[in-house]
Amino acid sequence: MGETPHRSADAGTGGTRVTQSHEWPAGASARVAEAPVSTRSPGGTGLGGGGALPRSRKFGAERAFRGLTLAAGTAVLVIIAAIAIFLVAKAVPALRANTENFWSYEGWSPNETEPKFGIGALAFGTVLSSALALLIAVPVALGIALYLSHYAPRRLGTALGFLVDLLAAVPSVVFGLWGRDVFSSPVRDFSVWLNQHFGWIPLFGGDGPFGASVMLGALVLAIMVLPIITSLSREVFLQTPTANEEAALALGATRWEMLRTAVLPYGRPGIIAAMMLGLGRALGETIALALTLGITFGISFNLIQNGGNTIAANIANAFGEANETGRGALIASGLVLFTITLIVNITARAIIYRRREFTESAA
Amino acid sequence: MAKRVSASNVTAYYGGFKAIENINLTVEPKTVTALIGPSGCGKSTFLRSINRMHEVLPGARVEGSLTIDDQDIYDRDVDVTAVRRTIGMVFQRPNPFPTMSIFENVVAGLKLNGVRKKSILEDAAEKALRAANLWGEVKDRLGKPGAGLSGGQQQRLCIARTIAVEPQVVLMDEPCSALDPISTLAIEDLMFQLKDKFTIIIVTHNMQQAARVSDRTAFFSIEKTGDPGRLIEYDNTQKIFSNPSVKKTEDYITGRFG
Ligand SMILES: Nc1ncnc2c1ncn2[C@@H]1O[C@H](COP(=O)(O)OP(=O)(O)O)[C@@H](O)[C@H]1O
Ligand SMILES: [Mg+2]
Repeated sequence: MGETPHRSADAGTGGTRVTQSHEWPAGASARVAEAPVSTRSPGGTGLGGGGALPRSRKFGAERAFRGLTLAAGTAVLVIIAAIAIFLVAKAVPALRANTENFWSYEGWSPNETEPKFGIGALAFGTVLSSALALLIAVPVALGIALYLSHYAPRRLGTALGFLVDLLAAVPSVVFGLWGRDVFSSPVRDFSVWLNQHFGWIPLFGGDGPFGASVMLGALVLAIMVLPIITSLSREVFLQTPTANEEAALALGATRWEMLRTAVLPYGRPGIIAAMMLGLGRALGETIALALTLGITFGISFNLIQNGGNTIAANIANAFGEANETGRGALIASGLVLFTITLIVNITARAIIYRRREFTESAA
Repeated sequence: MAKRVSASNVTAYYGGFKAIENINLTVEPKTVTALIGPSGCGKSTFLRSINRMHEVLPGARVEGSLTIDDQDIYDRDVDVTAVRRTIGMVFQRPNPFPTMSIFENVVAGLKLNGVRKKSILEDAAEKALRAANLWGEVKDRLGKPGAGLSGGQQQRLCIARTIAVEPQVVLMDEPCSALDPISTLAIEDLMFQLKDKFTIIIVTHNMQQAARVSDRTAFFSIEKTGDPGRLIEYDNTQKIFSNPSVKKTEDYITGRFG
């Protein structure tokens, strides 16, 4: 007969457009489980030579490599611990000197003889602008990624994908300057329009001036995180097993239904990871926001009036003229930012972990 | 619930490459028809042109006419998703949706058709799983991932998923080639039961299997590599395996070539 399953598999796999290496994860794992135990090649017996088995080597490459990796791992941990201790040691005296409540005071004047500074407004601004940026960027990014992976002709998809990757490499100061000098004027016009028509919604209220607002900052942030999220999601979507895409199509799915049934669920952990990377970049973004936000120290949900501030932007703005206590205060704010990022990451991991049973068999 | 499938002068291309040429054959309702032949002779290509899955590959196209009960499925006005719902397909390797539970896998096709009501979905899932001889093995773990089942169970899950949408015709492309002998037997048994309700067309490279499960057998072959596959002989399975009329068929089933 001469027909091997592998040979005839070609027709079945040649589906829409997916890398070969990821086809049929489910089937593949099941096959491994059911395959007869493979015996080692006959040549393997030659080593023993019929005599006693050779003794294990005491100082082989294996051991050296293990020692090297252990040393590297330990070094990383030690360095991280040292940095943490250094930062905490710097922050604590400043926090002691603070004459206001660090969590609730809305202002940042740590360089005075009676230092006053609070993280509340900054942390709020950080989370607000990042969340807003993500809210804007994610749907757009997923749309672009799906287009590139499943709608665009393959060549165009690859070319545009490359372009998106290039966009991710643009330094943030370029985005910041562009946001401040070019993008701010249309955003101001749009803000005025929003204020006129939707001013009754507190988000769009106030009586100006508009422009250098949370909205501008969030839009610039959204544009900055768009390439990362797009690029990673596209990568994940391309890895959907052809077999699953064909299964959906064969059940009578339209292309969009196929994407919803097979591609999006399969890519879910990847999408979450991409979002978290985007959020990480947004939370830590410094210079672009220092350039675009209006820099105020109040907690406000108003998106269009001049204002807004974030922990990282504040560090960039205030570090230059900070004295000893001022630097300590900024370090303390940095630690808070670190904690926020950590919480975001842990949450993302928890979400991915919850569905592990379903995603692991797919990987 | 079962329909007649008729192919006339079906020719299929992958870009510029002609993979099958002028296939003519009619499959009667409620029968099992086996497609056999050497590797690369276009069995899968022909099968995939029956439910219009061939055309999902870029550059792939089909010429000629294919009808089910006299309706041309390649007609301009025909909705391709309706064709695929009417003509279900089971693939060579089990391909349950990895992110879905057993239950979700079985009802995936129904959900695509807009069925949302839980009781309807549950009834349909039980019916399909029973029909696929899988109910007893999975009824206590319907919420577990479909990909966690054994290969044979996964393939029966895929069969359940296919028949849950109540198609008229079921296409199977070497459904047992990735399975162990016991699972293979389970699926062959299943085919006997399923032909009460469906028209079944199965590609197999296993001639004993073709002889065991099918009523009619179609033998495909190619002259040499690069030539399009053709239908050499199509007859009752018994006839094909005992007294084929074409020499090439005889050579193939006696193992002299292929
Ligand atoms: N995706 C594809 N692109 C191009 N050629 C293909 C593709 N799939 C199959 N072919 C070719 O079409 C011919 C028929 O293949 P196929 O239908 O898979 O044969 P069979 O199922 O009988 O083994 C073969 O020559 C094969 O190489
Ligand atoms: Mg094949």
